[in-house]
Amino acid sequence: MLLLSLQKGANFLMSRYFIRRILETIPLMLIISIFVFMFIHLIPGDPARSIAGLDAEEWEVEAIREEYGLNKPIIVQYVDYMVKLFKGDMGRSMKSDTPVTELIADRMPQTLKLVFAGVLWAPVLGIFIGVISAIKHGKMLDHVSMLIAITGLSAPGFWLGLMGIQIFSVQLGWLPSGGLDSWKGFILPSFTMGCGIMAVLARYSRSSMLETLREDYVRTARAKGQKESMVMFAHAFRNSLIQVVTILGLQIGGLLSGSVLTETVFSIAGMGRLLTDSISFRDYAVVQGLLMLFALQYVLINLVVDLLYGVINPKIRLD
Amino acid sequence: MAEIEKKEQQNASFAANYIDETIKADSDSRVKAFVKKFLKRKTAVLGLIIILLLVVIAIIGPSIAPYDYNEYDYMNVLTGPTPEHIFGTDHYGRDIFSRMLVGARLTLGVSLSAVVIGAALGTVLGLMAGYYGGVIEMLVMRGSDVLFSFPDILLAIAIVAILGPGIINVLIAVMVFTVPSFARIMRSATLAVKSSLYVEVAKSLGCKDSRLLFVHIFPGTIQSLIVNFTMRIGSAIMAAASLSFLGFGANVTEPEWGAMLSQGRSYIGIASHMVYFPGLAIFVTVLAFNLFGDGLRDTLDPKIK
Repeated sequence: MLLLSLQKGANFLMSRYFIRRILETIPLMLIISIFVFMFIHLIPGDPARSIAGLDAEEWEVEAIREEYGLNKPIIVQYVDYMVKLFKGDMGRSMKSDTPVTELIADRMPQTLKLVFAGVLWAPVLGIFIGVISAIKHGKMLDHVSMLIAITGLSAPGFWLGLMGIQIFSVQLGWLPSGGLDSWKGFILPSFTMGCGIMAVLARYSRSSMLETLREDYVRTARAKGQKESMVMFAHAFRNSLIQVVTILGLQIGGLLSGSVLTETVFSIAGMGRLLTDSISFRDYAVVQGLLMLFALQYVLINLVVDLLYGVINPKIRLD
Repeated sequence: MAEIEKKEQQNASFAANYIDETIKADSDSRVKAFVKKFLKRKTAVLGLIIILLLVVIAIIGPSIAPYDYNEYDYMNVLTGPTPEHIFGTDHYGRDIFSRMLVGARLTLGVSLSAVVIGAALGTVLGLMAGYYGGVIEMLVMRGSDVLFSFPDILLAIAIVAILGPGIINVLIAVMVFTVPSFARIMRSATLAVKSSLYVEVAKSLGCKDSRLLFVHIFPGTIQSLIVNFTMRIGSAIMAAASLSFLGFGANVTEPEWGAMLSQGRSYIGIASHMVYFPGLAIFVTVLAFNLFGDGLRDTLDPKIK
C-alpha cells in the first residue's frame, strides 16, 4: 500500500517536472521566432532594397515590399509570419521561385543521412575511449586516449575532411571525394562529422566516470567484495552515463547545423549548403526558414534530453 | 597618558604591518604553489610555450616574412615546398610561408579581440545579473538562453548573414556568441561570492554598488573567468576559421588562415600544400590553447592534486 502511494507520488512529481520543462520551452520558442523574424529587419539599410539588389528599379523594390509585407506595421508582419508558419508556409525563394518548405524538404534527406552517419559511431567510440581512460587513470592508455581526444577537439573538421580527400581520394583512389552515392561515399564525411563529437564525449565521459569512481557507493560495492567488472559497469558506468547524456544531446543538436561545413567540403547538396548558398544569393526567405528550423530542432533535442535526464536521474525530477 | 597612547599606536602599526606581511607572504606562497603545480603539467606548459611563440610570430611576423605576402608571381604558381618557398606557393604564386607569418596577427587578432570584448561584455552582464537579480537577471539570463538555442556556428553564420561578409563582421559574430557563456558563468560565480562574509562586511560599511561589484566581488570570480577565457579562445579561432572557410570572412587578399585554406580547397588535387599548412597552423594554435586551458583549469581546481 505504502509502496503504491510512493509510486503514485513519484509519478505525480515526474509529470510535474515534465510539464514544467515543456512549458518552459514555449516562451523560448516564441523569442526565437521573433529573433528569426527580425532577421530580415536587422539587415542594415532598407531590407527591400537589399533583397531586390542595388541596381533594381524603384517599382521592383516596391513590389518586394508588397510581397514581403514590409510596408505593414511590424506587429502585423510578425503575426502574419507566425500564422503562415503554423500553416507550414515559410514563403517563397527569390532565386528559384519555389516554396521554401519544398526546397528544404528536398535537401533534408542528404543532411539527415550525414547526421546519421556521424551519430552512428562517434558517441559510442567516444564514451568507450572515455571509460577506458578513466579505468586506466594515470596509465599510458589514459594519456594516449586523451591525446586522441584533444587532437580531435582541436583539429578543424573541415581540414581533416580535406586531408582525408587528399590521402584517400586523390593519392590512393580508394574513396570518392564527394557525394553520398555509395556506402564508400559516407566514410570520409562520417569521419569529418563525428570526430569532434567523439572527442568531446571521450573527455566528458572520462571526467564523469572518474567522479563516479570516487563516490561512496563504489567503495561500498568494492568493500562488499563485488567483482571489479561489476563495480565498473553496474555501478560506476551506469551512473556516470547520466551526466554524459546532456552533453550527447547538445552535440547531436549541433550536428545538423555543423553539417554546413562537411557539406561544403564534400560538395553534398544538403540543408547546410542551401543555407550558405542562400546567404550568398541574399535569398532571405530561405535563410529565415532554415535558421528557424535549425534553432527549433536544437531546442527540441535539448528538451528531449532534459526529459530523458529526468527519467534516468530521479534526483532531478524530485527537486 | 600620552605614553600609553603612543604605545597603543605603535602596537596598532605593528599589528597592521604584521597582517600586511602575512597576507603578502601568503599570496606569494600561493603564487609559488600555483606555478609549481602548473609546471608539473607538461602538456599545459607545452601549450603555453606554443602560445608565446605564436604571439611573437604575430608581433614580428610581417618583418621576418621572406616575401611580400601579396606579391604575385605567375611564373611560380602552385609550386610545392622548395628551399625558396618552404611552404610552397598558391594559385597566384604568392609565398604561403610569408602569408602565414603575416596572417598570424590577423587570425589571432580577430579571435582574441572577439573573446576579449565578448568576455568583457559577458562579465559585466553576469556580474550585474548575479548582484542585482530581479528584472536585470531575468533579461540577461533569458537573452543568453536565446543565444544558446542556436548552435555556435549557426549563430555566427546568422550574424554574418545579417552584416555581410568581412573580417570585422566575423569578429562581431564570434564576439556575440562568446557573450552568453561568460554571462552565465559570471552570474553563478557572483552569486557564490555575493554571500561571502567579506562582501557582507563591505556592504554594511556603506560601500557603493559599483565599488562592491568591481573591487570586492569581481576579484572573487576571476578564477572562473580566466579558465573560461582560455577555453573560449580555441573555439573562437575555430569559429572564425570556419566562417572564412565558408567564404564569409576575409577576402582573397587577406592572409587569414581559414580563408587561405578555403582558397586551397579548389586545388586539393594538384597542390595539397595550400590546404595542409594553413590547416595545420589552425590545428596547432587551437591545440595549444586547449592544452593550456585544460592545465590551467586543473591547476586551479582544488579537488585535483
